[in-house]
Amino acid sequence: MTQARSKPLPVPTPETAPYWEGCKQHELRIQFCTDCQQHFFYPRLFCPRCLSDAVEWRAVSGKGTLLTYVISARPAPGFENETPYAIAIVKLDEGPHMMTNIVNTEITLATLPAGMAVEVVFEDISDQISLPKFQPAGTARSG
Amino acid sequence: MALDLRKKVAIIGAAETDSVGVLPSITQLGLHAQAARNAIRDAGIDKSEIDGIASAGESPVAVADYLDIQPRYVDGTSVGGSSYMIHVAHAVAALNAGYCNYVLITHGESGRSRVGRGGFGGGAATLPGQFEAPYGTMGPPNTFTVPIVAHMQKYGTTEEQLASVAVATRAWAAKNPRAMMRDPITIEDVLNSRLIAWPVHLLECCLVTDGGGALILTTAERARDFKKPPVYVLGTGEGAENMMISTMHDFTESRAFERAATRAFAQAQIERSDVDHLMLYDAFAHTPMYGLEALGFVKPGESGPWFAAGHSAPGGDLPINTNGGGLSYTHTGMYGMFALQESVRQLRGEAAAQVPDVKISIAHGPAGFFAASGTVIMTNQA
Repeated sequence: MTQARSKPLPVPTPETAPYWEGCKQHELRIQFCTDCQQHFFYPRLFCPRCLSDAVEWRAVSGKGTLLTYVISARPAPGFENETPYAIAIVKLDEGPHMMTNIVNTEITLATLPAGMAVEVVFEDISDQISLPKFQPAGTARSG
Repeated sequence: MALDLRKKVAIIGAAETDSVGVLPSITQLGLHAQAARNAIRDAGIDKSEIDGIASAGESPVAVADYLDIQPRYVDGTSVGGSSYMIHVAHAVAALNAGYCNYVLITHGESGRSRVGRGGFGGGAATLPGQFEAPYGTMGPPNTFTVPIVAHMQKYGTTEEQLASVAVATRAWAAKNPRAMMRDPITIEDVLNSRLIAWPVHLLECCLVTDGGGALILTTAERARDFKKPPVYVLGTGEGAENMMISTMHDFTESRAFERAATRAFAQAQIERSDVDHLMLYDAFAHTPMYGLEALGFVKPGESGPWFAAGHSAPGGDLPINTNGGGLSYTHTGMYGMFALQESVRQLRGEAAAQVPDVKISIAHGPAGFFAASGTVIMTNQA
């Protein structure tokens, strides 16, 4: 019998805590610069474009597009029972892109559709941490 | 207008560890030191003359101390596998400024046996710890490879074209007795090898080995006094783009590559058609493809068909990775030093798989996946 090792659990920092708090409430929140009027990700102290402090946290649509991915046939520690799994980059409709997993669709060793429309779904991995993952847009939510 | 730095600095010593591959009896620091000793002997330099040290992976201070060298120039740039190209770039500037007279650059890595080596990766509160690791990244095989599908989808690059990079590289390794993997392979062999992270198979991933290499650089005037013919530095460049693979701006190209290559060519004042030999750091089959495009030898998207046509293989018109590369020769972890070593060997006429009449060679590569990059253009023509 194989016992899965524990998965990496993110540890929020003061800069990223609002992001993880949003995730915990199953709401994708990223930062928006009110000076240059653009969203950005990952979380930072100030806007990486114009260096303004005028940034605020905003909930985003959770909709996006699949940019690129690998289908990992070998597991990272903790992922022993999940291969193959898709490590993907999703471009949010609001502009920034982020790493994620593609879930709630069959992950075969063929390609996922190019430019596939996806939407966020949250996976609670601890009492404090929920991970944003993405599923094909329009997938019925399980549970 | 930037200073004309062409041929102002030369490589006078270049050597690897006594062997490369599986070396469980030598610590990582020891690999640095053995490579350094071999480069010192290769140059025929009195060790006490060396007053500059650069190294990545281990502190340059630790390397200097191990070798009883007293440096007044220290470069600890350690951004990943092509840190050594960046060390060359910095050494060219420092030597021209009279900041020091002889720079020793060392690499040593117990990547396979992991003797006397620190850990890898950061903690759960780092940016990768929060925004990548939770999704099952496990280091290079399923992380460095994430951009490939974007290239395939934009340009129609195929799995067979990707595999052709590994096939051509293995054909060079077959000619190199020091290479770990020397049996010729076919496209089918590559595609039938174990799947690692689609679209990447085992034979499209670099080896994991132990070994080291070292270079000694000095000014062109001083370079005439040593045993081997000087290999002159024509141009150098470095660049950085992204902290994590997920923060690349465009997954079909590396901006760090482009930045490094553009400055190196501008400094060297040469055309692509002047280049006889290329070392494009191959951590995976796709990295030489991104390199070839960034260096401007083909247009964006054309590297797949180009490699599949055999241009880089033995008998091709632009030999690439003639030592057998990270895919088939050796790959300790930060492989860039071995790319530089093979460029020097080709320019000296000392390579195991010698390409006739090499006058200009380039060593180029990524550092920290696609995070950063270094490019060095070299010539044997005074």
